[in-house]
Amino acid sequence: MAMDDVQVKDGVDAETVEAVKALSGTYKYGWNTEIEMEYAPKGLSEDIVRLISSKNDEPEWMLDWRLAAYRRWLELKEPDWAMVDYPTIDFQDQYYYARPKSMEDKPKSLDDVDPKLLETYKKLGIPLKEQALLAGVEAPEGERRVAVDAVFDSVSVGTTFQAELRKAGVIFCSISEAIREHPELVRQYLGSVVPVSDNYYATLNSAVFSDGSFVYIPPGVRCPMELSTYFRINAENTGQFERTLIIADKESYVSYLEGCTAPQRDVAQLHAAVVELVLLDDAEIKYSTVQNWFPGDENGKGGIYNFVTKRADCRGHRSKVMWTQVETGSAVTWKYPSCVLRGDDSQGEFYSIAIANNMQQADTGTKMVHLGKNTKSRIVSKGISAGRAQNTYRGLVSMHPKAKNSRNYTQCDSLLIGDKCGAHTVPYIEVKNNSSRVEHEATTSKVDDDQLFYCRSRGMDEEEAVALVVNGFCKEVLQALPMEFAMEAQALVAISLEGSVG
Amino acid sequence: MLNIKNLHVKLEEEDKQILKGVNLSLELGKVHAIMGPNGSGKSTLSYVLSGKDGYEVTDGSAQLESVDILDMEAEERAAAGLFLAFQYPVEIPGVGNMTFLRTAVNAQRKLRGEEEMSAGEFLKVVRAKAKDLKIDADMLKRPVNVGFSGGEKKRNEILQMAMLEPKMCILDETDSGLDVDAMKLVAQGVNALRDDKRTFLVITHYQRLLDHIKPDVVHIMANGRIIKTGGPELALEVENNGYADLLEEIA
Repeated sequence: MAMDDVQVKDGVDAETVEAVKALSGTYKYGWNTEIEMEYAPKGLSEDIVRLISSKNDEPEWMLDWRLAAYRRWLELKEPDWAMVDYPTIDFQDQYYYARPKSMEDKPKSLDDVDPKLLETYKKLGIPLKEQALLAGVEAPEGERRVAVDAVFDSVSVGTTFQAELRKAGVIFCSISEAIREHPELVRQYLGSVVPVSDNYYATLNSAVFSDGSFVYIPPGVRCPMELSTYFRINAENTGQFERTLIIADKESYVSYLEGCTAPQRDVAQLHAAVVELVLLDDAEIKYSTVQNWFPGDENGKGGIYNFVTKRADCRGHRSKVMWTQVETGSAVTWKYPSCVLRGDDSQGEFYSIAIANNMQQADTGTKMVHLGKNTKSRIVSKGISAGRAQNTYRGLVSMHPKAKNSRNYTQCDSLLIGDKCGAHTVPYIEVKNNSSRVEHEATTSKVDDDQLFYCRSRGMDEEEAVALVVNGFCKEVLQALPMEFAMEAQALVAISLEGSVG
Repeated sequence: MLNIKNLHVKLEEEDKQILKGVNLSLELGKVHAIMGPNGSGKSTLSYVLSGKDGYEVTDGSAQLESVDILDMEAEERAAAGLFLAFQYPVEIPGVGNMTFLRTAVNAQRKLRGEEEMSAGEFLKVVRAKAKDLKIDADMLKRPVNVGFSGGEKKRNEILQMAMLEPKMCILDETDSGLDVDAMKLVAQGVNALRDDKRTFLVITHYQRLLDHIKPDVVHIMANGRIIKTGGPELALEVENNGYADLLEEIA
C-alpha cells in the first residue's frame, strides 16, 4: 500500500521520468498508417450530409435531423470571441468523411479487424491495457478492466467487452450502431443537452458527425468497468467530427476515459466534436480526457484545430458529474466542458490541466450553470504556458434566481515558463439570488530558477526538474484522474514541455 | 578531495568581483569550517562550487578528486559526489518529499550508470534514515519544504544528504534560524555521516555550530579571500574577539 503511495499519489516519480526519457523529444505519435481510405469528395453540401447518413445506414429521422442542422449552420457565423488566432478555415476544403477501406464490410468481431489498424493502436504505445483489450486479449484475473470503443477516423472499429457489459445491462457501442439499434434512446436524448443550434461548431458537428460513442447505464447499475475511447485522426485533411452521448439513468454510475492522438502533418486538421452527458436522479458520471493531438511544430505549422462542445446536464436531483481534462496537444484549443446543474442538490466538478508550448493557443475553461437548489460546483484549473504560447482560462459561474443556497469554488492557477508566453484568466460570474456563495481564487507564478537549481543540485537534469515542478503544480488535477490515465498524463506533461527551458 | 586554486568569481549581471583568489585544499575525511563576516563571499563560494547560474569564473580552478568541476552542469557535480545543504531550502509545492528524494537518488544513479533503487529498497532506507533525524512519516509525504519550520527544513537537507551519500558535503549556514535543540539534532545527523571517506565544508557565522560539529581545520574568509587558516582554536578566537582584529592583521 505504502509503495503505491510513492508510485502514484506523490506527484511525479522516477518511473514516470524514466518513461518520459524513453520517449523521443519530438511528437511521438507522428506516424501515418498506410491503410486504404475511402473518402467522400471534399467540401460540405446537402449531398455530403446525405452520403454520410446513408453510409451509416441511418433511418430517415436521423437524416432529417442532420439536414436541419446543416441548414441552420449555413446561417451561423464562426465565433471570434476566443483569444485564439488562426488562419481562416475553408470549410469547403475539408473531407467530411473518410474510413479505412477494409471497413466496408463491417467486422463482426475483432478478429475481422484489419491487423494494420490494431498495429496502429500498438504504436500508440500507451501503457494502458487498452492495446491488449483491443486485440481481444483477456486481462488476467483480478486486474481492473477497461472496455474500449476505438474511433479510427470516422468509423468505430471494434468494441470490446460487449458481452459482459450487456449482462449488466450497459449499452456501449458506436453512435451509428446506437442510431440503428437503440433509436428510442438516441431520439430522446441526442441534442437534448447540446441543441442543434447551440453554436457554430456544434451545429456543424450535428450535420456531419460520422461516428462516436454511445453509452447507456440503466437504473441502479454501477458500470462494471471503466469505459474508454481512443480517438485518432489519421487521414490528411479530414475533419473528425465525433459525437458522444452518455446517459446515466437513475442511481447509476460510470467512469469514461477519452484519449486522443493524431499523427504529425504540415497541414492543420480540423476537429469539432460534441459530447453530451445526461444524468438522471442520483446518477454519477466521471469523464476524463487526455488530449495530446499534434500541436503543430515550433513555428506553428500544422497541428489540430480543436473546437469542442462538451456539456453535462444534471437533470436529476442529487446527480453528480466530474470533468477532468489534460490538454497538452492541438494547435488551437477551444473547449469549455460545462455542467448544467438543473436538479436540486446536483454537483458539478471541473479539473483541468492545459499546457501550451511553442506556438500553441489554448482558450479553455468551463461553465457552471446553477439552476437547482443547493447545487454545488468546483473548478480547479491549472494553465501552463511555455515558449510563445498563449493560454486563457475562460469560465462562467452562473447562479440563477431559483438556485438557492448554491455554492461555487473556483481556483485558477497559471504557471509561466520563460518570458515570451502569456496566461490570461477571464472569469464571468453572475449571481441572481442572495443565498448563494461564489468564491474565486487565482494565482500566476513562474517556474522559479531557485527551484530548478535546487532540483539540479540534487542530480536531476533540467527537463526532469521542470517536469517535477510542473507535475507538482498540477497535482490536484492529476489526482482526480483514474490511475492509468494519471501515469500517462504525467508523462505527457513532461513531454509537451521538453525544450521549453534554457 | 576538493582543491580550489586562485578562484576569481564575479556576478554575471553586474561588474562586481566577489571571490578574489580563493585557495583551499580539503583533504579526504576531514571537516573544514569557513567563518567570516557578512558579505565575505562564503555563500557565493558554495553556489559557485555547486553550479548555480549567475556567476562568472574569471580565473582559477576547482577540482573534485582531480576532476575539474567548474565546467560541469550542476546535476553532473551532484552525481560526482558534491552536495550543498542550502541556507534557504527551496519549497516545491505539490511534490511529495519522498518523491523528490527518490527522483534525486535515481537521477544520480542513472548519471553514474548505476542501477536504480527499487521502490521497496528505497522505502526501507529512507524510513531508517528519517527515523535517525526524527523526521516522521508525515513530513516525508508533505510537499518539499512547504510549511516546514526552520528546523524541519534543515533536517530535511541532512536527510537528503544521508540518502544521496555524497563524498563532498558543503553546509551553507546550516545553523541559521535554528534553536539550540534543532541545531543539536542537525549536528547529530551530520556527525553520523562523518567518516574517513567523506569530506565536509561547514560554512557558518558562529562558533556555536562548531561546538557540535567539531572541525579539523578552520578558515577565516574576508573580502573574497581566505585570510587565515588554523585549528579549532581559531574559531574560539573569532568568537571572543570578533573579526576586527583579524581584518586589521592583514590590512
